[in-house]
Amino acid sequence: MKEALLPSPFPDQEKTRGLRLCGLSFLGNGPYSLDILPGECVGLTGRSGVGKTQLLRAVADVIVHEGDCLLDGTACSAVEPHVWRKTVAMVPAESFWWYDTVAPHFAGGMEQGQSLELLGKMGFPADVGTWRVSRLSTGERQRLSLVRSLSSAPRALLLDEPTSALDREMVQVVEEIIRDICRKRKSICLWVSHDREQLARMANRIYRVEAQMLVEETNECM
Amino acid sequence: MHVISLGAVDLGLAAFLLLLLAATSFRIGLGLEKRMVISGVRMTVQLLLIGLVLKVLFASSSLWLVLSMATVMLLVAGYEVWARQKRKLSGARGYLISTVSMLISSFTVTFLALTIMVGVDPWYTPQYAIPLLGMLLGNTMNGVALASDRLTTELYNQRSMVEQRLLLGQNWQEASGDIRRDCMRTGMIPIINSMAAAGVVSLPGMMTGQILGGSSPLDAVKYQILIMFLIAAGTGFGVLSAIWLISRQLFDNRQRLVLDELTVVKE
Repeated sequence: MKEALLPSPFPDQEKTRGLRLCGLSFLGNGPYSLDILPGECVGLTGRSGVGKTQLLRAVADVIVHEGDCLLDGTACSAVEPHVWRKTVAMVPAESFWWYDTVAPHFAGGMEQGQSLELLGKMGFPADVGTWRVSRLSTGERQRLSLVRSLSSAPRALLLDEPTSALDREMVQVVEEIIRDICRKRKSICLWVSHDREQLARMANRIYRVEAQMLVEETNECM
Repeated sequence: MHVISLGAVDLGLAAFLLLLLAATSFRIGLGLEKRMVISGVRMTVQLLLIGLVLKVLFASSSLWLVLSMATVMLLVAGYEVWARQKRKLSGARGYLISTVSMLISSFTVTFLALTIMVGVDPWYTPQYAIPLLGMLLGNTMNGVALASDRLTTELYNQRSMVEQRLLLGQNWQEASGDIRRDCMRTGMIPIINSMAAAGVVSLPGMMTGQILGGSSPLDAVKYQILIMFLIAAGTGFGVLSAIWLISRQLFDNRQRLVLDELTVVKE
């Protein structure tokens, strides 16, 4: 059955749908401008320390920046910050946990949205919510962190090296999940990685992040 | 009962004990001897000076003199709270927040005690106003300083966790809630412990002083109970206001954690 396109939380004219970075600059980097259409995945790569993670943090509005981001025509600065961050969800490379067990970290409960289905796809049993966080492996944390961010059904996903701690088989599972979300929900994805082959598989377009600009690279697998 | 007056030799003998401790510190390489001697000298000079000031104050009973003295005490207490933080808010804001917290914790509570509970006439009678304010400032200062220091340190140390919570769509109150509650407990637990141990483990200073001064033990106990309640309430409200005011400064209008506002004190 074909899944219906999720209504935008920021309804506006059809022509403005998507994520737009307008002259985004921070900490001496930028200004960066970019348009990402609904259902599109854009890859970001570049040397270590150039500012890829900071770019995602600026889009998620957790660092001070100039310029603005627009989602479906609505500026980030025009909506409440916590609403923006639920809608434009960033999954950092290293996840953090503050309760003893997994379940309380899922704000709406683990039954919310597609969480249970996604957890199953990622190889977790039904009682994963009762697992103690201190006993989770790095890979388990990374997968759970991704599901936790997806539980609020964000319109845009900002992924920072989301499979760096996973084995080949699990990387394929995660890639398939993200591909599925982009295709069926028309979600937007901004994917940071040093793995060019992975970006070639996942991204519609790839950009190399430089200090002052984004340089488009050819995606040979497209 | 007549109070036995202490002479210079008596105080000198007590000071000798501190010098003995300083010599031991030097011998075993603790490195505290210089601070011990400086603090001891500072305490002696400050108390002798305040003794002289109080003598003038008690003789005059002027409202303006009492208020001036109280203001000086407040400004110094605010500075002490601010100075004791390892990571502190830069600029005048940090000092202002510490001073406002001390104003809430001590001035308001002292005023209530003088006008309603003790009911002394006039309310600013220096024999009551200055010792009560001093007790409150001195005791609540520790709680407010402890809580403030812990808040800035914990927000810095746990900045990634706070940011993770913001990224999940929590507002700044939710993202920093656990840390703020923990800091409030840190600030309030010493006075709660003091209340629990009062009279069993320790005889509090004010009560001891009154008994040595010739008051009946029952009167001394009543004043001590009053002052303990006031200190507990003052510390609690001072800590709450300090935590709230500092937190508001460390999250901007877009609810981002802005730790650039903190300066680090080099030890």
